[in-house]
Amino acid sequence: MERNPMRRQLQVMRKSLFDQGYLDEQFVQLEELQDDANPNFVEEVVTLYFRDSARLILNIEQALERKPFDFNKLDGYMHQFKGSSSSIGAKRVKAESTLFREYCKSGNGEGCMRTFQQLKKEYATLRKKLEAYFQVARQAGPMETACRPK
Amino acid sequence: MVLGNGASSSSLNMKSGEDKVNSNKNLSVLVVDDDPLIRMLHDMHLKKFGLNPQVVEDGKKAVDLFRIGASFDLILMDKEMPVMNGVEATKELRDMGINSMIVGVTSRGLEIEMQDFMESGLDFCFEKPLTPDMITFLLNELNKKNDDDNND
Repeated sequence: MERNPMRRQLQVMRKSLFDQGYLDEQFVQLEELQDDANPNFVEEVVTLYFRDSARLILNIEQALERKPFDFNKLDGYMHQFKGSSSSIGAKRVKAESTLFREYCKSGNGEGCMRTFQQLKKEYATLRKKLEAYFQVARQAGPMETACRPK
Repeated sequence: MVLGNGASSSSLNMKSGEDKVNSNKNLSVLVVDDDPLIRMLHDMHLKKFGLNPQVVEDGKKAVDLFRIGASFDLILMDKEMPVMNGVEATKELRDMGINSMIVGVTSRGLEIEMQDFMESGLDFCFEKPLTPDMITFLLNELNKKNDDDNND
């Protein structure tokens, strides 16, 4: 049982992120790469993800403003976005990406637009939750709790 | 030379984890991927095994490295990249007579696409993301390969 109250809070936040399906096993893989030599690795990767994927979101947004839709292009962007989201374990965002790609493949523009709105919501929510999580993590100190025992 | 946490360069230490790291330090690895996130992840994964990979963002840069005389035991090659993709780069390297182990790491998991990629000259092809088990497998294969090469 974690004695440090900040670390306890961190554990609760972390558990909730997994229980509510925001994150999957891939996030755990990131945590396992973090160590004393790279104590902020997970936060660095997540920061890079949000920076990088913002560009893709913008590309998709712009592509959805041009009619008729270029489904190939849209699918291409989303493929990249899905890959990155997968890499950090962004489970819900990844699910919306998959759906979006299905709509691209069947040429369903309405479906694409609806799904994209949902995706942006999930993406924004994840970002907020992870920002809060890392804020607590920094206050809690060295992250032994988030890593599996060796 | 970057070694993993707890690793020691002293050859007198006989812990198996350190042995693993030490036996890997002579292996050179090249990561070829246009996604900075993947480059960062693969770099860290490999460092955990005592490797210090070089990292480039497209196939052409990988080929250029070999042209100027660099060599690597293992190349982790992404498929979709601008300038020169993984298929082209692999074909190019094989045409140049490079027989390093080339492993495709792709986000396209379809059988047919992995097969296309394999046919360009890969030794193995995996779906992203790279995992420690995959790296262990590859390092074992590399050691086998190096033993074979030495016994020729």
